[in-house]
Amino acid sequence: MSTTSAGLESRRRTKAGIGPLDYSRRLWIRLVLIGTFLFLYAPIVTLIAFSFNDSRRNIVWRGFTMKYYEKALNNDGLIEAFVNSLTIAFVSTIVSVILGAMVAILLWRFRFPGQAPYEGTVMLPIVIPEICMGVAMLAFFARIGWPAGLPWPLNLGSIIIAHISFSFPFVAVVVRARLAGFNRELEEAARDLGASQWQTFRDVMIPYMRPGLVAGGLLAFTLSLDDFVITFFTSGPDTVTFPVKVYSMVRFSVTPEVNAASTVLIIVTVLLTAIALWLQNRTQPKDM
Amino acid sequence: MNEASPIIRIDNVTKRFGQSVVAVSEVGLEIREGEFFALLGPSGCGKTTLLRMLAGFEIPTEGEIYIDGQPMTGVQPNRRPVNMVFQSYAVFPHMTVFDNVAYGMKVTGVAGPEMRERVEEALELVQLAGFGDRKPDQLSGGQRQRVALARALVKRPKVLLLDEPLSALDAKLREAMQMELVRLQHTVGITFVVVTHDQSEALSMADRIAVMDRGAVKQVAPPADLYEFPNSRFVADFIGRMNLFEGKVVNANPDRLTLAVDGIGTIEVPGPPGTAMDSVGVAVRPEKTRISGLHPGNGQIAIEGVVEAIAYQGNESHIVLDLGDGARIAATLQNSSRTTTPVAAIGDRLWASWAAADTLILSD
Repeated sequence: MSTTSAGLESRRRTKAGIGPLDYSRRLWIRLVLIGTFLFLYAPIVTLIAFSFNDSRRNIVWRGFTMKYYEKALNNDGLIEAFVNSLTIAFVSTIVSVILGAMVAILLWRFRFPGQAPYEGTVMLPIVIPEICMGVAMLAFFARIGWPAGLPWPLNLGSIIIAHISFSFPFVAVVVRARLAGFNRELEEAARDLGASQWQTFRDVMIPYMRPGLVAGGLLAFTLSLDDFVITFFTSGPDTVTFPVKVYSMVRFSVTPEVNAASTVLIIVTVLLTAIALWLQNRTQPKDM
Repeated sequence: MNEASPIIRIDNVTKRFGQSVVAVSEVGLEIREGEFFALLGPSGCGKTTLLRMLAGFEIPTEGEIYIDGQPMTGVQPNRRPVNMVFQSYAVFPHMTVFDNVAYGMKVTGVAGPEMRERVEEALELVQLAGFGDRKPDQLSGGQRQRVALARALVKRPKVLLLDEPLSALDAKLREAMQMELVRLQHTVGITFVVVTHDQSEALSMADRIAVMDRGAVKQVAPPADLYEFPNSRFVADFIGRMNLFEGKVVNANPDRLTLAVDGIGTIEVPGPPGTAMDSVGVAVRPEKTRISGLHPGNGQIAIEGVVEAIAYQGNESHIVLDLGDGARIAATLQNSSRTTTPVAAIGDRLWASWAAADTLILSD
């Protein structure tokens, strides 16, 4: 009796040596993990690797070099486009976060006639095809006669406005979702303790919304930074952003210079995201 | 403590939500300085709405609230001399315990060593000295409540409002916290107004209790008066247990009432003079009801029935007698000795009896 049960025990152990929660030891799960990882990062790794390729045509590997980074840094057009893109992204992110947070609070806090249609139309830019937004912006700025040829950074105004209009609804959605879990008694407690409405907003609401503001801001920043379609339609003849510049460079040939510039952009965005997440984790307590 | 000066006067206050919902209906109340006052009632009776009107989070539709003699209409919550302990405690999750307690002073411009000193003092008062650097998510529910208490008390309010302060705590902690709140109230001498749906909580803590039902105050009295002399069927039934019968006044003398009671028969009780209404509730508390095998004799109201159920509860036993016609009477027997033997078994015919003076006559 005892020997049979011991035998069963050992057989079970050797045959099904992978426990029910040992996911990482199952072959098919490993394959899925590796497959998705390759799918996500193989193109990016290739891009970065070939930025060091010592070849103008950039099709076969010819040896390691840093000269295309040097070349990209000395390409004034590229640097200007890069600075333009960052400026647009920063300004449109700040405005989008403020506008989006205000819309979120408005929709969360108040009940007013026409609220549902209002909410629907505010969120519409999320689903409108970019090409339609681009054409609409082009037509709009042409119709109102938006001044061209202004000095930097005012010449970026139309692009910034266009970027704000498609990115602030994302902020609103994220902040709204965050606010849904807000305990109204926290607000009342602050009022009860003597805080004015503004102090309550500053000391209680904003700290609570912060994760939503950061997440929404990151979304808005990346959306703005890599937007091509809408920017292409709204940028004047003398304003070029990074994606538009890269596009125009690629039309002639895919040189390692493009790879190098893109690598720098990837590093900048990853760095900024990491900083934002680190800031958020440092200041944000666990929810209660 | 000055008996004559009410710190809060609620003058004929009505609160409607929308057109049809009346949350609080024509409530008039005076709460004395230094009192531990409880608003007691079932959920939806308007007690929390009344408390929120004191804090300023709701505005009365009609009537006026005076706090410390000042009318409160148009006074914002942050300008009222009251502070509140919220049901969820509403401790600010992104601030340390110290910052939570200090917040009320920070926004009103108390700073520096005075603020620090008052925070330390308040934390000590609620036995949280040394917890200042903790974040709320490192505290237990009971400790968070203490933070909420300290945060309100540090403002030195005229009145402390507590909304269901003990409902989120487990039974043992709740009992300890009841004692704690009473001790705290004696220490600081501030008027406490506590909202609760738990009658034992109100009875054990409060100096006076207002029982509310469907927006109206049914009775305001000290706990013992409320228990022994309820003025209505609602209060009698809500506070403690009650054997309630329906009866009619047959004859009303100046000091004695003759009643015909359904399920019991004709009884004579000492009654309030001049009570001569038709239908009354006749009630007696289970612990004032005795059970015996023989008729208990004169001077007692006695009634015979069959034992229907016996519930043993450790410290006491509840016996329910079936009196026929659907009428029942419950009696509570103390198990005052380990060797107390059960007096009855299910199906026994026994007498339930009580002193005529323990009969409650409820006109409302």
